[in-house]
Amino acid sequence: MTTATVSPASMPHEISPGRRALARLARRRGAMIALGVVAFFILLALLAPGIAPYDPLATSWTAVRKAPSAAHWFGSDEIGRDVLSRVVWGTRASLLAGVVSVSISLAFGVPVGLLAGYVGGWLDALISRMTDAMLACPFLILAIALAAFLGPSLTNAMIAIGVSATPIFIRLTRAQVLQVKVEDYIEAARAVGNSPLRIALRHILPNIVPPLIVQATLAIAAAVIAEAALSFLGLGQQPPAPSWGSMLNTAKNYIDNAPWMAVWPGLAIFLLVLSFNLLGDGLRDAFDPRQR
Amino acid sequence: MLNYLLQRLATIVPTLFFVSILIFGLQQLLPGDPAMILAGEERDPTVIAHLHQKLHLDEPLPVRYLYWAGGVLKGDLGESVRIQKPVLELIVEKLPVTLELALLAILIALAIGITAGVVSAVARDTAWDYAANIFALWGLSTPNFWLGIMLILLFSVTLGWLPASGYVSPFEDLKANLAAMIMPAFVLGNAIAAVLMRHTRSAMLQVLSSDYVRTARAKGLDERVVVLKHALRNALTPVITLGALEFGTLLSGAVLTEQVFTIPGFGKLIVDAVFNRDYAVVQGVVLCTATAYITLNLLADLAYFLVNPRLRDSA
Repeated sequence: MTTATVSPASMPHEISPGRRALARLARRRGAMIALGVVAFFILLALLAPGIAPYDPLATSWTAVRKAPSAAHWFGSDEIGRDVLSRVVWGTRASLLAGVVSVSISLAFGVPVGLLAGYVGGWLDALISRMTDAMLACPFLILAIALAAFLGPSLTNAMIAIGVSATPIFIRLTRAQVLQVKVEDYIEAARAVGNSPLRIALRHILPNIVPPLIVQATLAIAAAVIAEAALSFLGLGQQPPAPSWGSMLNTAKNYIDNAPWMAVWPGLAIFLLVLSFNLLGDGLRDAFDPRQR
Repeated sequence: MLNYLLQRLATIVPTLFFVSILIFGLQQLLPGDPAMILAGEERDPTVIAHLHQKLHLDEPLPVRYLYWAGGVLKGDLGESVRIQKPVLELIVEKLPVTLELALLAILIALAIGITAGVVSAVARDTAWDYAANIFALWGLSTPNFWLGIMLILLFSVTLGWLPASGYVSPFEDLKANLAAMIMPAFVLGNAIAAVLMRHTRSAMLQVLSSDYVRTARAKGLDERVVVLKHALRNALTPVITLGALEFGTLLSGAVLTEQVFTIPGFGKLIVDAVFNRDYAVVQGVVLCTATAYITLNLLADLAYFLVNPRLRDSA
């Protein structure tokens, strides 16, 4: 009897699916530019104290509604604050809202979706009906209602956005779990005596991460817009702290004589949201097995 | 068909029950005594006592829910603390304005979204396709309140063509009404057009590669007839039903659009209620929106079921 042996050198070089996906992502020019823009905004938020030319809260009665100039690149607002400095500092509120609210959605949505999909039965039916109920309330209207009852502040806005976006993650996780739990390797894990908790956390969860990453990226885009919308309505970041949404709220009153007050914060929201959307689309394609 | 309808209705009842719990639960988020907050800044002890009695605040939570849900089932959504009117009456009063805005927005979205989707699919991987995809990304990424402000800057402040804000009833002056509504309707329709474009593109790509389209082409039919009569007709079914699900986006967008253009509709009602701490109105608006969404979802499902022979026959 002969035994076939394969030397490690003769084995094809194994690349993990994650690395393959990253390589595919790197080939997408749009997604890579978007990643660059997101990185730029992250740096802007982190280095705001060093980058912003002025104190974002400092008023100047000699610089009220001044058009863009060498002194104020983006112009100044109705009480003489530098618009560029406020846009730079506003990045913090927007990114924080995007990341924190999506983290809240993931922290609640993934375990609940995992439970519903894995356990099934009446628990799944109960969770699914509750999810349907939350999804029946339009995202922003639910966020406005929650923020209204919790009270206006950036923290409460982030909680409201996070809670409102949670059902999407519950539904996505549940659907993915239902697909994965019938795979042979899960059956094998069960056959060798793994506990249900271990199967869920060690075998199912790692296999449903890619669609969650894609959804989280797109959800950050939606959360950035939602935070700006809540701040625009006066339910998010409270004045005088800078936020793109609240800057637009003030700007709309001065649109006829100081349009620059509205242009820059809006452009910043647009760029950041566009980048997260492009990145999400790129990640979706990169993780898609049909694209191999 | 009847079985399908009954099945769908059976899932709606528990969903509506949870919606009611969610909306009733909002009131529990208020810190402290809800009556103190609902009574407004005056905090008149007589009003507080009246609210305690009216909202059954001394009763246990499940009992309070039953009183509240019982009222809702009879059409009693509570009373606005500020305007001193029943919430349902306020909603019915404001609804036509938002419905007009929504209808115009949908028309704009259908016209732009479907045209862009068809062009993009027919001219796949050409400059048209890229332009349509860029348009979709632009529509999905532009905050509609910012787009509204920019349009006011261009068409009202700079060119002076359209009014920046306000609302005129179409029964009073149709021309003035359309002039006031065209910008907000475009702002609202823009994001939905982007979604419809993506749906139309993917549905058209699928249909264009199907056998019957190939047969139609092989018969020597004019390409325009193949695309518009054979392909688009079949591709539109999922697009219309999926489009109905954009109702939520439409209402969320209306809240901000009505705020930017000072339109006295449903969206402005909820924002004003939030600032007046008129919580019964906030709850009423959310409840009506959710119920309308669930109903529309059901109708979209039924429409899809009715126009799809394969689904209909398998039922």
